Amino acid sequence: MCVTCGCGNTNNTTLSNQNGQSIPLHTHTHEHPHTHTHEHPHSHEHPHSHEHPHSHEHSHTHEHPHSHEHSHTHEHPHSHEHSHTHEHSHTHEHSHERTHEHTHSHEHPNENTDEHPPKASKAAVTEVLDLHLLEQRVLDKNDRIAERNRGFFAGRGVFALNLMSSPGAGKTCLLERTLREIGAPCAVIEGDQATSLDAEAIRATGTPAIQVNTGKGCHLEAEMIWAALPQLPLQDKTLLFIENVGNLVCPSLFDLGEHKRIVLMSVTEGENKPLKYPHIFRSADLVLLTKIDLLPYLDYDLPRALDAIHTIQPDAAILQVSARSGDGMAAWYDWLRQQKA
Amino acid sequence: MHELSLTRDILRVALQHANGQTIRSIRLHVGTLTNIEISALRFCFDACAAGTLAEGATLHIDTIPARAQCLGCEQILSLPSFAALCPCEKKARLRILSGDELLIKEMETEPCA
Repeated sequence: MCVTCGCGNTNNTTLSNQNGQSIPLHTHTHEHPHTHTHEHPHSHEHPHSHEHPHSHEHSHTHEHPHSHEHSHTHEHPHSHEHSHTHEHSHTHEHSHERTHEHTHSHEHPNENTDEHPPKASKAAVTEVLDLHLLEQRVLDKNDRIAERNRGFFAGRGVFALNLMSSPGAGKTCLLERTLREIGAPCAVIEGDQATSLDAEAIRATGTPAIQVNTGKGCHLEAEMIWAALPQLPLQDKTLLFIENVGNLVCPSLFDLGEHKRIVLMSVTEGENKPLKYPHIFRSADLVLLTKIDLLPYLDYDLPRALDAIHTIQPDAAILQVSARSGDGMAAWYDWLRQQKA
Repeated sequence: MHELSLTRDILRVALQHANGQTIRSIRLHVGTLTNIEISALRFCFDACAAGTLAEGATLHIDTIPARAQCLGCEQILSLPSFAALCPCEKKARLRILSGDELLIKEMETEPCA
């Protein structure tokens, strides 16, 4: 696996364009040689290990344990910096400038000096390591690409919706009926681990669709959307539906650049889903309760389900729909038409 | 397994800043509200770091507990799990103070000779 870009054997995400042709997602192979060449010269540094005798001077001073206390105190103040993490660009710049070099004695030598007299502690090399303060959000790269996607959408007048649910909650069925009835320009990006079945089903409605197969991946990421966008005809006022991989856990973490998040929850799934998978429901702008035509055949406690949604995300709109019977679909279309970028 | 994607991002950032130096440790702040499985993260890290300058590096993970302040009664509570509303009489919204962090705080590298 390439750790520069994260692509490689385990990340075999592929795109299928509108003609079903497979397109590789990662094209930035030019980054690969850089990491390799940088690593090699340092293997020549081994002769420097002759400088170990210097460590004897350090071992005579018994003040090393005190340096431990200092390093710990450095860590505590970081909790005050949490508010800064919300500013995307700032965290990135700081990480470069604040690369301080702290001499930092490790725990291991001290353990040894406890056991051995100082003069015999040849193994007790006080290591001096460079400390890099990074302060970088793990999802920084994804979030920056998501921001780029948002800019792309703004430039084209596209309104993007991220549809998430467990597998089988009815995302594709809802889209198929919606695309036939909404009467507005639409496009779809379909995310699944494998097959182009969903994209084919969408194309059968006359709507352009791109399939993203994530392979082993359990969610869509912003870069996959960025790669798919040039494959879609996107005109002004297009509604772009992004059907995420069926999964109530992982997709919630990854911003795709969408304007609104829609979480589907079918009435065959149980009323407690929002309480059991709070992360994804917490991020929802709209919760669609699907398959409501089945309610007469189920012991479904509708008030309890609505209360569970409200408990986790009181700001979410909730609509009850059935893509099969058409119940509630008009309200869903109204909600879509009211959305503005 | 979104931990695999996150691990790749962590390693990418760390190796970018390592300047070819061997990475000895990486310290993360992971809030309890982030939906990250720590054991999965460690597993992915060891696997992904193999063959890189971060191979064998120690992954320090500081878990940041979730705290929130009620916008009604203004009390600060620690959250055992997700909740949007305060259990107080006003049932007002809770503002998350901490627990949603997912940060690469710092790392230690062997110095350039």
